[in-house]
Amino acid sequence: MTNTTKSPSPILKVWDAIWTPLLSVLVALIIAGIILIITGANPLTVYVSLVKGAFIQPGAFAETLTIATPYILLGLGVSLGFTAGLFNIGAEGQFYVGAVVSTYIGYAVTGLPAIIHLPLALIGGALAGALWAGIAGYFKATRGAHEVITTIMLNYIAFALTDYLINGPLRGKGSAPRTPEVLDSALLPKLFSSSDNLHWGFILALVILVGYWFLTQRMPLGLQIRTVGANPDAARYAGISVNRMTVVSMLISGALCGLAGASEVLGRYHYMPAAFTAGYGFDAIAISLLGQGNPIGVLIASVLFGAMNAGSGFMQLEANVTPAIISVLQAFIIVFVAAPAIIRSFFKK
Amino acid sequence: MNKPSTSPATVDPKAVPVLEMRGITKRFPGVLANDNINLDLQRGEIHCLLGENGAGKSTLMNILYGLYLPNEGEILLNGKPTKITSPKIAIAHGIGMVHQHFMLVPTLTVTENVTLGLEENKGLFIDVKKPAERIRELSKQYGLEVDPDAYIKDLSVGMQQRVEIIKTLYRNAQILVLDEPTAVLTPQEVDDLFHTLSQLTAQGKSIIFITHKLREVLKVARRITVLRQGRVVGSTTPQEADSAKLASMMVGRSVLLKVDKDAAKPQAPVLSVSNLRVLSERRTVAVNGVSFEVRAGEIVGIAGVEGNGQTELVEAITGLRHIEQGTVQIGSVAIPSDNPDAVIEAGTAHIPEDRHKYGLVLSYPIRYNMVLSIFDKPPFTQGLSLNEPVITQNAKDLIKKFDVRTPSEETFAGSLSGGNQQKVVVAREFSRPIKLLIASQPTRGVDVGSVEFIHKQIVSQRDAGVAVLLISAELDEIMSLSDRILVMYKGKVVGQSEAATAKREDIGLLMMGTQKN
Ligand SMILES: Nc1ncnc2c1ncn2[C@@H]1O[C@H](COP(=O)(O)OP(=O)(O)OP(=O)(O)O)[C@@H](O)[C@H]1O
Ligand SMILES: [Mg+2]
Repeated sequence: MTNTTKSPSPILKVWDAIWTPLLSVLVALIIAGIILIITGANPLTVYVSLVKGAFIQPGAFAETLTIATPYILLGLGVSLGFTAGLFNIGAEGQFYVGAVVSTYIGYAVTGLPAIIHLPLALIGGALAGALWAGIAGYFKATRGAHEVITTIMLNYIAFALTDYLINGPLRGKGSAPRTPEVLDSALLPKLFSSSDNLHWGFILALVILVGYWFLTQRMPLGLQIRTVGANPDAARYAGISVNRMTVVSMLISGALCGLAGASEVLGRYHYMPAAFTAGYGFDAIAISLLGQGNPIGVLIASVLFGAMNAGSGFMQLEANVTPAIISVLQAFIIVFVAAPAIIRSFFKK
Repeated sequence: MNKPSTSPATVDPKAVPVLEMRGITKRFPGVLANDNINLDLQRGEIHCLLGENGAGKSTLMNILYGLYLPNEGEILLNGKPTKITSPKIAIAHGIGMVHQHFMLVPTLTVTENVTLGLEENKGLFIDVKKPAERIRELSKQYGLEVDPDAYIKDLSVGMQQRVEIIKTLYRNAQILVLDEPTAVLTPQEVDDLFHTLSQLTAQGKSIIFITHKLREVLKVARRITVLRQGRVVGSTTPQEADSAKLASMMVGRSVLLKVDKDAAKPQAPVLSVSNLRVLSERRTVAVNGVSFEVRAGEIVGIAGVEGNGQTELVEAITGLRHIEQGTVQIGSVAIPSDNPDAVIEAGTAHIPEDRHKYGLVLSYPIRYNMVLSIFDKPPFTQGLSLNEPVITQNAKDLIKKFDVRTPSEETFAGSLSGGNQQKVVVAREFSRPIKLLIASQPTRGVDVGSVEFIHKQIVSQRDAGVAVLLISAELDEIMSLSDRILVMYKGKVVGQSEAATAKREDIGLLMMGTQKN
């Protein structure tokens, strides 16, 4: 009864869930290793220093988890879209608008105690992300506009909009283009009072992860969303409104991505810079695929990506290779995870 | 009934069979689908494979076609042991298969579907002229009329099946496997198919034919092999057997082949359809001003050749297709267009004709499929979460009651045999209190024993005061179940009669658009 696998063959499903991601990572490591050898480096030393930089050096593991935090939320957001049969490429844009809105609430709303201010800023970010993705959901449901196109367009609008806001109305007093500092009452506190960056956003992400599992595996709404993703005709037949579920799924997906942005500014940056962390929302697509839409899978994939980002600096220092090798590594992982997934999704139609 | 000469007299029983399957055993998790099966096929014969749902017929044929590898056993082609590890290899050895559920790409044309995956297609450009020409030739030669340039999605099921057969002939199949080819055909189409088959065997092709319709078996088979629970339980010939004997061989008990029911006692109207106009997928008028009523406690059957608007009519009533004009009322509720939920809420159960499209989520376990339209309501949802124990128990009960052959309620709907999938849909739709039952091809693909059971269920729903709308391509089913019969032709109701006094011939004529005078 705890077995809630989704594919027609349980054996295949287990194979998919574990081996595809594992093999992808392994093969990517091997290929990146070959490239390292060609460039004259020893892949073993490189990887060892990467692991050191991600897990063993003082504060390294905390940094890995800090970076994993937005990845978890974004990865879940993208996964929820996939569950409903929707490809939310707009995670990055929703991440941005979530960050901007919660930053604004964080510094502009004054006189509130933390117990109100912080949730307000978090919810504001989530709502902004939900709204942003909801636009795409609305147009898909009412006009049939494909979400891939609309979310990409909404990404560009989000980038331009945040850029304008940070350089204009929301610009702080300093010389760099960035917003003012978020008030203390809206900050996600640090988990440990040490020198690392790990903050309560990580715990929040874990709680959301459990909630995500509950929603998709235990709640009727989750089963409705899954039914729409698995067989929209059967969903319609069963009285489930595909349009409504499309909008609802995009709202939840966007809320998770917006929350990631909120957690990033309230927990890590404490302001929003003009050059905000680029690409997390796109990495999240790879993380979702690598995690096979399974919350635990997303968690593992997020930590893996967090580790690669966190360890690359130390790797560069100790093994003396360019951190670009990390991008190569990630790119290969994406290719190998995505290829079977893409092929499978084609045959499903 | 005189038998057409489907099997030429030249069949020599001592000749080396074109195909021999020896000691085939196939296990799935929790199921022994084939248990040491022996089967042989002579040149130019039609060999019928009979057996109840889940007996292992499709599995055996999928092994022959290289889709599954057997755990034990061997396959001999013309006396030579042959390893068939993929459909490609099967095709290369002249084996063709028409699956129980068609395997065509709806958005491609006939020609594209037929040539899909062939070597001649491997170039940069696809030559469609030559293949289209050959398709026309094959069509003519075997009486399989079809337009090579038509898109599959625009074709009727009968047409699609022709395409599947042409696909195998195009690949020079010598051994043809037809898995329940007549389940979706109209009587006329069945006759056409049998004509085609006799032409094929006359040319020395050999055919394995799977069906649940005993009349057909007796008509076309030269030999009959019966499977039960994965084992061969007997072989016979049409000369030695009759329907009753075949049925009891299959099921292991005697089966009532006729429906046993009292006269209907119709009450107030439950379903009122008035002046309904519905468009087809291709935006042509499919239902053109149809009006009728179904009253509580009666079964109204809609007879008609498939493709005369029945599908669209049902889809419109159940909210799955837009209503252009006219009204649908269920009980006291005026049903809005495009709102399946309102139809369900009004107390409707719907057995859809296409169980894969609407009826099931193949990637879900049976237990979820058993509550597809009601899992968000109590007792299946409690508070915020699904009540898994209740959902599981519900599935267990229905599996037992409807005799669904499955290892457990956790099994994915997609790995059930075709007839057992149908039983899941039927069981679910009969599992909640309803006012109206819309049953489209309710017994499609189920074995004789289960047909009997489903028919009994439909009649007992009627007797409990449910209004039943029955749509079936099988005139027999319509004639024996209905209390009142409507005939649809080209989107209109062209005739109406009490079942008790209706004549088969008259209805047959109406279905063809000929008015009696
Ligand atoms: N891919 C599969 N995975 C697991 N079990 C399977 C699979 N395919 C078939 N089975 C099981 O094997 C048994 C035989 O199934 P099969 O499809 O061969 O029956 P069948 O004789 O064709 O029945 P029907 O008349 O209903 O089509 C059934 O119990 C079915 O559930
Ligand atoms: Mg079968």
